[in-house]
Amino acid sequence: MSAVLADTTGQAAAPGSALANTATITARNLRRLARVPTLMALATIQPILLVILFTYGIGGAVHVPGITHYIDYLLPGVFVLAIGFGASQTGVAVAEDLATGMIDRFRSLPIASASVLAGRVAADAVRNLFVVGLMIAAGSAIGFRFHAGPAAALAAVTLSVTAGIAFSWLNLLLGIVVRDAESAGLAGLFPVIILTFTSSALVPVATMPGWLQAFANVNPITVMVGALRALCLGGPTARPVAEALAWIAGLLLVTIPAAASRYRHATSA
Amino acid sequence: MGDQPAIVAEGLSKRFGQVRAVDGIDFEQPAGSVLGMLGPNGAGKTTTVRILTTLLAPDAGRARVAGLDVVKQAADVRRLIGLSGQYAAVDPYLTGRENLAMIGRLYGLGRPAARRRAGELLERFDLAKAADRMARTYSGGMRRRLDVAASLVARPPVLFMDEPTTGLDPHGRITLWQLLGELADHGTSLLLTTQYMEEAERLADSIVVVDRGRVIASGTPRELKTRVGGDRLELQTLPGGDPRPLAQALAGLGTGRPVVDIRAGRVVLPVSDGPELLAELARRLARTGLRVADLALRRPSLEDVFLALTGQPGAGAAHAATDDKDPAAGAGSSEPATGRTP
Repeated sequence: MSAVLADTTGQAAAPGSALANTATITARNLRRLARVPTLMALATIQPILLVILFTYGIGGAVHVPGITHYIDYLLPGVFVLAIGFGASQTGVAVAEDLATGMIDRFRSLPIASASVLAGRVAADAVRNLFVVGLMIAAGSAIGFRFHAGPAAALAAVTLSVTAGIAFSWLNLLLGIVVRDAESAGLAGLFPVIILTFTSSALVPVATMPGWLQAFANVNPITVMVGALRALCLGGPTARPVAEALAWIAGLLLVTIPAAASRYRHATSA
Repeated sequence: MGDQPAIVAEGLSKRFGQVRAVDGIDFEQPAGSVLGMLGPNGAGKTTTVRILTTLLAPDAGRARVAGLDVVKQAADVRRLIGLSGQYAAVDPYLTGRENLAMIGRLYGLGRPAARRRAGELLERFDLAKAADRMARTYSGGMRRRLDVAASLVARPPVLFMDEPTTGLDPHGRITLWQLLGELADHGTSLLLTTQYMEEAERLADSIVVVDRGRVIASGTPRELKTRVGGDRLELQTLPGGDPRPLAQALAGLGTGRPVVDIRAGRVVLPVSDGPELLAELARRLARTGLRVADLALRRPSLEDVFLALTGQPGAGAAHAATDDKDPAAGAGSSEPATGRTP
């Protein structure tokens, strides 16, 4: 009986490997994803709705030179939009973990601090893979086709998930800094909404006023969607993909150290 | 661990902006003992626990847990401690079993070992029946027990509990006290913060009283009480009765003069050896034919200690004051704080 409670031989716990710890945290977050109804809805209904609403809602008004079906143009944009929306939940989750003392508990354990954050990002990546797959299925049902072959299609899915990893780290940082769950959700959504509607995600940049075009052309969402479109629709891919990867790498280079350092000093209020 | 003290804090300080949350805290806790850190809200208890559990770095001072520096050897300290914070830090969307198994995995246990350990703890903490339900369906007491179980997964030699019974109903509180008492019996060093005098008295071998980021008193519960004064014998007349004849009958019995409260119909006598006196008291009452409604031997509560040390009531004052108005309540097992004998 006494052994259940305490072991006075004073044997120290041996910490697991960082990789194993990350896998444990990933499993925790995937379980939550499957069990929290709002998270499940955000991962299933929302991406499908985005595809359908944009296709039928504004698709009729948008004419893109050289594009027969708007859905072909739209879907790469909605990949980024849906992943960006979903990532705001990551900021919410980390703010909640701070408020409920989970972060205190994790930080009092002999584990690498990065594994808690990396486990969240990995779970997000699994979720995003699922979301992109769902959108491809929904899009295909209403006319979407990959035009550049299976290798390019695979690359498009990979690039979407990779962009999602950068979004997740950004939202982890936001959640730790903002601390309040609702504010973290808004802080995560705001840049996505603003950047999406000032990018080529839904409409060609050429339809915007000149002053906005200047911004839209350097907007990271335009760059990422441009690369995805090249992979989905065909055409030169090397340069747009390189630009997109440069943005993603830049974002990761800033957000990972910042989030990790903030996390190491974060405690519940 | 050996004979190393469980915890040594030297001049710990931490400020947040202009607020000195912890302002030079010193104390030492022997291995295998229970230390109660007692203080009102905002006294610096939680900040101290966070420094000792490596969650916060102190601005000044040093602390060692199981002989290891909490700043320089933070990673090693984390292998030897368990923390149960102010909130029940369990994932509401995982089952009790999954919560504990997750912690076990993070401590490096293999999957089967982590599940086995989770099963043991669930059984021990009376959560076996609810083991496979999500923690969000648990009552507050169950959640707290799960949280305490989570802090014990790796059988840490040093355990920190930050206000563990806050928000629990009386039954939940007593259940947890029993568990913590057993832990202490098995040699775990336990640092417990609390606002409740009764909790500190019941569990702690020694107590540090903290106020405004400083230790204002320390010692065993008995020592602290001695500082405030000895035992008191309280006699209550029948309703409407005059307490003065009672006071006369008591003359020379105690260590000081009996204090009479005519309106309350009460006599309070400072005494050094209460139980011995009771026989003599009974003889005197029989001889004089005086009758009493209530007779109680009171030891000063930690509430009295807190009042004496800070001039302010602690968080438990409200309850004590309620008891004070009702002399009959004094017959119970608790030790309500009565106003200090002048």
